[in-house]
Amino acid sequence: MAKTSRRQALRLGAALGSGALAQGEEARLLGTPLGPYGERSRHVTSVRTMRQTRTPEAGSSATPLAETYGIITPSALHYERHHAGIPDIDPATHTLTIHGLVERPLVLTMAELRRLPSVSRIHFLECGGNSGGEWGAKTGPDVQRSYGLASCSEWTGVPLRLLLEEVGLKPKASWLIAEGADACRMQRSVPIVAALDDAMLAYGQNGEPLRPAQGFPLRLLTPGWEGNVQVKWLRRLHVTDQPYMTRDETSKYSDLMPDGKARLFSLPQEAKSVITFPSGGHTLDRPALLELTGLAWSGRGRIERVEITFDGGATWRDARLDEPRFRLAFTRFRLPYRWDAKPAAIASRATDETGYVQPTREQLIAARGANSGYHFNGIKFWRIAAGGQVTNADA
Amino acid sequence: MRTLSLILLAVPLMAQKHGAGRTPTDQEIRGLGATVAPDGTGLPEGSGTPAEGRALFAARCAKCHGEKAMGDVGPRLVGGQGTLATAQPVKTVGSFWPHATSLWNYINRAMPFNQPGALSHSEVYAAVAYLLEINGIIGPKDTMNARTLPKVRMPNRDGFVPDARPDIKR
Ligand code: HEC
Repeated sequence: MAKTSRRQALRLGAALGSGALAQGEEARLLGTPLGPYGERSRHVTSVRTMRQTRTPEAGSSATPLAETYGIITPSALHYERHHAGIPDIDPATHTLTIHGLVERPLVLTMAELRRLPSVSRIHFLECGGNSGGEWGAKTGPDVQRSYGLASCSEWTGVPLRLLLEEVGLKPKASWLIAEGADACRMQRSVPIVAALDDAMLAYGQNGEPLRPAQGFPLRLLTPGWEGNVQVKWLRRLHVTDQPYMTRDETSKYSDLMPDGKARLFSLPQEAKSVITFPSGGHTLDRPALLELTGLAWSGRGRIERVEITFDGGATWRDARLDEPRFRLAFTRFRLPYRWDAKPAAIASRATDETGYVQPTREQLIAARGANSGYHFNGIKFWRIAAGGQVTNADA
Repeated sequence: MRTLSLILLAVPLMAQKHGAGRTPTDQEIRGLGATVAPDGTGLPEGSGTPAEGRALFAARCAKCHGEKAMGDVGPRLVGGQGTLATAQPVKTVGSFWPHATSLWNYINRAMPFNQPGALSHSEVYAAVAYLLEINGIIGPKDTMNARTLPKVRMPNRDGFVPDARPDIKR
């Protein structure tokens, strides 16, 4: 506009249907001033979805996975799963007690915990029941309502190993009974195994203290394992020589097999992936070159490969994986995709560093029947209609 | 669970390194509340009968679990024995839970859902006794306490196996 004459500018303004577009004609409005705490744009409206329930304190809310970029979930959109609501805890009075089969029982304040050597790492967190609807016919129409009980954050905390060294485990110590300070005093038994080398007592999430919904001021983080065992609002670790067989590890989060036996302590979340664009609820408005994208993760390590099918699983092509790829974290995958306005059945298939390949839903059902409810990690198909509507192929 | 293979962390019993925190008193640890092992370790004093539990259930539990414990706002708590290996398994306290002690532990910490922690230890024993009785696991005259409860054998006591994954090979 710099060289446009005033008359031209006026004509341009009129042509654009605005009376005063010309530079210098009318001053621009200043934006809002500085503020102590940032809010997102009022034009950005993505929110968690909540399942209908008469007891919202014992419910779940799902992350809008298709509306997040990269691998980090904004803390305010991290999925929730609570059993007795979110407690309001004053970190100045909250303590963690470690007792049982230890040489030196300890009670620690938050200030004492925060002074200990710490680590920050990026890890996914996924509910053991995520995508459980896919076992049957109860799945959601879109990626949020079918796969949204998974999120990924940078967590900061004290390595669990450091605290176990601090208290000194007695020879028979083999389980930790972790207990939360929520109203139901959530309790889970945690085996003391090598995988716990990744575990931490986390007080930080994405650069700030944990959000209350993720356990403020302290939670157990056992990266890669099902969410329920990573007890929020952590108030005690009781060291024992046996699991306590609590309600949420027997009645719930156990996998019922067709022979009537139920598998216990299915802790690592197996390799899984889902396409977030295009996915259920999207509409492709015209043939175009698009970027297909999605997320992959494994509770057994790094994601090594993600393949994409456009023809219902007949042929597969490698997607590009964003670097760096972290162990036990979301990995973002992308692949250019020319949609030619023909119907398609698209899906992703992840392989992790152990060589484990994400199975099909049919393989899972053949191995476990359709009543195990939890720990579903089958290949997820979305159906694209000729008109461009994308739907959940399994709904 | 003895079959679950445990690779113990190699935690050396070395001298205290950071000196964080302080030693809690026994009273402080007890003050955190009861926590109960399958063999009954940790069960407190107190006792309750199915008859006491029936009255308590009607007053404090039925509005959510239904008068006959068949489920409403809260889950069904009775029946389902013999269904676990069928196409429509009904998982309840009676058909699915492996240990009666877990029931005491859970009700003590989490129920009633809208008032957790409000029951006395004896009221929890009574609620447990009632649920075990209506599931046909104990008799109407059986009193539940720290000695009798761990001896109750749940129908699905041997119904659990360790995680067998990865169970799908390419
Ligand atoms: C306000 C409603 C409400 C009341 C009152 C209530 N419950 Fe519950 N109960 C629930 C809900 C909801 C759940 C599921 C909680 C969850 O999933 O975390 C539940 C779960 C349970 C379970 C676990 C069932 C299973 O198979 O996992 C037991 C046992 C139980 N309640 C017993 C009781 C007893 C005994 C009382 C009375 C002392 C009681 N409840 C009162 C709502 C209630």
